[in-house]
Amino acid sequence: MTTGELGKLYQHGEYIVRQGEIGYCMYVIQEGTVEIILEEEGEEILLAKRKAGDFFGEMALFDRDVRSASVRALGPARILTVDKKNLLPRIHQDPSMAFRILEIMSNRIRELLLEVNRLTEITKQNNTH
Amino acid sequence: MPSSQLQLNDHSRIGVIGGGPAGSFSSFFLLDMAMRMGIKIEVDIYEPRDFTQAGPSGCNMCGGIISESLVQILATEGINLPTTVVQRGIDSYVLHTDIGNVTIETPLREKRIGAVHRGGGPRDVIEFQWDSFDRHLQDLAVSKGARVIPKRADQVIWENGKPQIHVRNQDAQEYDLIIVATGVNAATHKLFKNVELKYAPPSTTKTHIREYYLGAEKIEQILGTSMHVFLLDLPRLEFAAVIPKGDYVSLCLLGEDIDKELLTTFLDTPVVKNCFPDGLDLDAPSCWCSPRINIVGASDPYADRLLFVGDCGVTRLYKDGIGAAYRIAKAAASTAVFQGISADTFEKFFFPACRNVEIDNTIGKLIFMFTKHIQKRTFARQAVINMVASEQSKPGKKRHMSTVLWDMFTGSAPYEKILLRTFHPGFWGGFLLNLGSALFSTKKPTTQLSVTDDSDMTV
Repeated sequence: MTTGELGKLYQHGEYIVRQGEIGYCMYVIQEGTVEIILEEEGEEILLAKRKAGDFFGEMALFDRDVRSASVRALGPARILTVDKKNLLPRIHQDPSMAFRILEIMSNRIRELLLEVNRLTEITKQNNTH
Repeated sequence: MPSSQLQLNDHSRIGVIGGGPAGSFSSFFLLDMAMRMGIKIEVDIYEPRDFTQAGPSGCNMCGGIISESLVQILATEGINLPTTVVQRGIDSYVLHTDIGNVTIETPLREKRIGAVHRGGGPRDVIEFQWDSFDRHLQDLAVSKGARVIPKRADQVIWENGKPQIHVRNQDAQEYDLIIVATGVNAATHKLFKNVELKYAPPSTTKTHIREYYLGAEKIEQILGTSMHVFLLDLPRLEFAAVIPKGDYVSLCLLGEDIDKELLTTFLDTPVVKNCFPDGLDLDAPSCWCSPRINIVGASDPYADRLLFVGDCGVTRLYKDGIGAAYRIAKAAASTAVFQGISADTFEKFFFPACRNVEIDNTIGKLIFMFTKHIQKRTFARQAVINMVASEQSKPGKKRHMSTVLWDMFTGSAPYEKILLRTFHPGFWGGFLLNLGSALFSTKKPTTQLSVTDDSDMTV
């Protein structure tokens, strides 16, 4: 009997975050996988998948904009919420708490730059042909 | 070298005495921060106990609650607590009084609080289904590069301006920094019998913790995923809780020197008995202990090349001791890595974190004094129950009392924040109205109410 789960269990396909909503928290995946989807003109574009240990929705901690993408469970996923109102005062008291968030965000920027380079190369090749 | 220039450098050695949460968190963050700064340091943790052992020999004697705020902060730090360590995810608190009870839930009934065993479990545990929380933290420190020395540190002395740790039958080890994390139940003063220190140990009081075997299914049936707390008119009792774990239930009593008389009176109370199955002999627990807890922090918990963290230094009054160990250990690690290891540096950068906890504890004492008055008066207890019930009955209504109670029970918010919440006119307006109503009411409620914590609400 498993009794020690933390967070909330989302079933496959269930939305955790909806694009366009105002965000007050970030999320840490305790178990399972989620997909991050951009919804544009009725179409869905898969941006990324995140697995146990990863977090998402962190942009809501630092800006006051709406959620830029939707996130839903890919299979059963257990998710822990981290409230902005709890976290920001802690970061203010202990700035080193932001190290890991910054580290992961800078890794994501690096991945995005690689993706931009890859797409630029494809576009160049298509133009050449 | 002037003491203000004392710094950690490549190959600096740090000795941590005590491998409980404060010692493991200190080691983990020292190594993590040094790695980020590109400094190669060595960390040795002296801990004679094996936390995988059942019974008192492997236990750090504590209620074993990981608060909502600590669960969230650790997750942000990348420390996710696995189901092999967390015995039960807690999503609500039930407040029991002699005149009724109320349930306060997390938003979306999300399990945000973890119930753990600090050691291998009670002395009669047969099957080790869950890992020790303290061992889990120690393993995290080891994964960062710490070395555990399974020996008791007997003495600390200074030689040529540097501290040395002495262990029986071994050569003394010299360190650049020593972090003492021995708790309040060890004879810390004996470590420093030959050293002149300004440090004065914390003041303590005796508590009582018991473990009862019920089995996972029965716990689910009787207690569910709630922590049960009690607001009863019992002198000297500040706080009592029944915490569901995996197969066991922990009973914790906090107050002024909890003794047998108080324990018997508490266990004979009908609302307490209702939290246990019929026929269970409450006088025959699987395991019990009466540890001391820190109620007034140590003075001067630092010197050149020396820091006291966790319960032997400064901790939070009654609640969230593990959260306080995390915060103070982090303050110790960040000061040592980024600022230096002299007494002056510790006073400037480390001690403010301790002082903040102590100031908050003073506010906490005021809140507990106020709570005592509610505990003593039936109409006041009635008013609390009624106010929470009223907040629940009207959707969208500000939940002043529910939020204050949630923060008090969970230990998630500083006492200062709880006090500020009570300054809201809505809190006093509602409370005075309910006090008046309860004072002149002849109604005898035995309510089972459900009240959802509205954490996103601004007070």
